[in-house]
Amino acid sequence: MNVKEKEIEYVKNGKRVDGRKIDELRPIKIDVGVIDRADGSCYLEWGQNKIMAAVYGPREALPKHIQNPYRALVNYHYRMATFSVPDRKSPKPGRREMEISKVSGEALEKAIFLEKYPNTTIDVFVEILDSNAGTRVAGLAAASVALADAGIPMKDIVAAVGVGKIAGEVVLDLNKTEEDAPDAVDIPIAILPRTEEIVLLQMDGLLKLDEWKKALKMGIEGCKKVYELQKTALRKAYLEAEKEEKVKENAK
Amino acid sequence: MQSDASLELRTDRIREMITQGNRFDSRKLDEYRKIEIIKNISENAEGSARVKLGKTDVVAGVKLIVGTPYPDNPDEGTISIGAEFLPIASPFFEAGPPKIGETELARVVDRGIRESKCIDFKKLCITENEKVWIAFVDIYTINDDGNLFDASSIAALSALLEAKVPKIEDDKIVKGEYTGKLHLARKPLLCTTYKIGGKLVSDPTFVEAQGMDARFSVATTEDNYLTAFQKGGSGSFSPKEIDECIDLSFRHGKAIRNLL
Repeated sequence: MNVKEKEIEYVKNGKRVDGRKIDELRPIKIDVGVIDRADGSCYLEWGQNKIMAAVYGPREALPKHIQNPYRALVNYHYRMATFSVPDRKSPKPGRREMEISKVSGEALEKAIFLEKYPNTTIDVFVEILDSNAGTRVAGLAAASVALADAGIPMKDIVAAVGVGKIAGEVVLDLNKTEEDAPDAVDIPIAILPRTEEIVLLQMDGLLKLDEWKKALKMGIEGCKKVYELQKTALRKAYLEAEKEEKVKENAK
Repeated sequence: MQSDASLELRTDRIREMITQGNRFDSRKLDEYRKIEIIKNISENAEGSARVKLGKTDVVAGVKLIVGTPYPDNPDEGTISIGAEFLPIASPFFEAGPPKIGETELARVVDRGIRESKCIDFKKLCITENEKVWIAFVDIYTINDDGNLFDASSIAALSALLEAKVPKIEDDKIVKGEYTGKLHLARKPLLCTTYKIGGKLVSDPTFVEAQGMDARFSVATTEDNYLTAFQKGGSGSFSPKEIDECIDLSFRHGKAIRNLL
C-alpha cells in the first residue's frame, strides 16, 4: 500500500490529482429553502460532499433550566449518515461528531445577534449524506445559509473552507485522496468575511510557521470565494421569490 | 469554591481588570502559574504523572494493552487518549459518561501528540495483522482551577515519557517485567491562549476564565513544528491575534519542556 501511495504525484506542474490548481475550490452548488417544514434550510454540494442543513428556531429552550435569560443558545448537530462513508459508519454519534458540533456551533454564535432572543434555542441540524473530505466546513457553510434563510439576524454570513498541505505544498480545499496522503495537514477555517474575524480554526499535522502563514492567507481568500457563492445563492432564491410574487400580483 | 451567583457578578469585573492588564494574583497577562510535575504516581500504570498548575491539579496514566491492529494499518499499534472531569474536582462536574468538554479536551491533546509523529506506531507492532500495543492514556481532573487543556497536555506527555513497554512471553504479558521505555522522538506540548476583555491571556484561573470570549490552543514541538490547533468559545480572533497566540505557545512550550 505504501509503495502505491508514493507513486502518486500530488502536485505536478501546478496541477493536483483531480486537475485543480493549488488555490482552486471544488465545484460548489448551493440551494436555499429546500425543506418546507424547517424555518430555514440549505442543500449544498461541495465536490462529492452532499449536505442537508436545516434551522429550527429561535424556539423556547427546553428543559427550562438550560435557558439563558440574556441570550439564545445555538444547538449545532453535525451528523454523518451511515452510508456517507466508504465503510458503514456506526449510527450512534461519535466523539468526532460531538467535537465538530461544538466548534461549529461556537463559530455561528459570533455571527448571530443572540441577545435578541433570550431563553430560546436556535437548533441547527447538519446531515452529511455523502462525504469526500471537508464536510465540517461544507456543513458550516450550509448552516450559515440556512440561518440566513430562516431570517435570523446576523452580523455576517460565516464562510468556511479547508486548507492544508500535501507533499510539501500548501493547497486549498483538500479532497479525500489528498487528505489521505502520508504527510497531509488539514486546517479547517471559518471567518466572518467582512471583518476577517476567525471563528473556527483547527489543525492537525506537522506544519512549519511559514507554511501556516501561507495557509492562513489562502484560507481567508478561499473563504471569501465561498462567501460570494453563499450570497449569490441567497440572492437568487429571494429575488426569484420576489419575482414570482410580482407575477402573481399582476395576474390578480 | 465559588457559588454560581458570585461568578456571574464578577465576570464584568474580571474583564475590566484584564483589560487594564491586571490579574487577581498579580501575574503578567502572559505568565503561567507555578508548574509542578510529579512522576510515577501509580505503580500499576506503565507510566504516570500528576501535574499541578497553580491550584489546577490533574493526573494521567498510561496502560499498554494488547489489541488487534486496524485492517488498514496491520503493522501499527496506536494511542488512545481519554479524559474524565471527575466530580471531586469542581462543583460543576458531574459523574457519568463523558460530556462534550471532556471529549474535546481528549481529542485536542490526542491530536497534538499523535500528529507530532513522536511515537513510531510501527514499533508498537507485536505480530503483524494480529497483535499490536495500544497505549491508553487516561487523564483525570483532581482540582479545576482553570486551564485544564494545558495541564492535561503536560500530564499526558509526562506519563508517556515515563511509560515502559511490558514484556511478552507466549503471547501473554509478564506482570511487572518490561522490555524498555516507550520511545518518544519529540515532545509536543499544547499551550492555550485565552481572549478575555480584548486581551490575550495565558493560563487563566477558573475565575478569570469565566470572562473568556474565546480560546486558542496550539501544540508545538522543540523542532519548531506546529502540530495541532483548536479554537474554542463563541468569540473570534483576528489573524494578527492568532499570530501572537502561536508565538506565545512556542515560547511557553519551550519553557515547560525544560521542566519535563
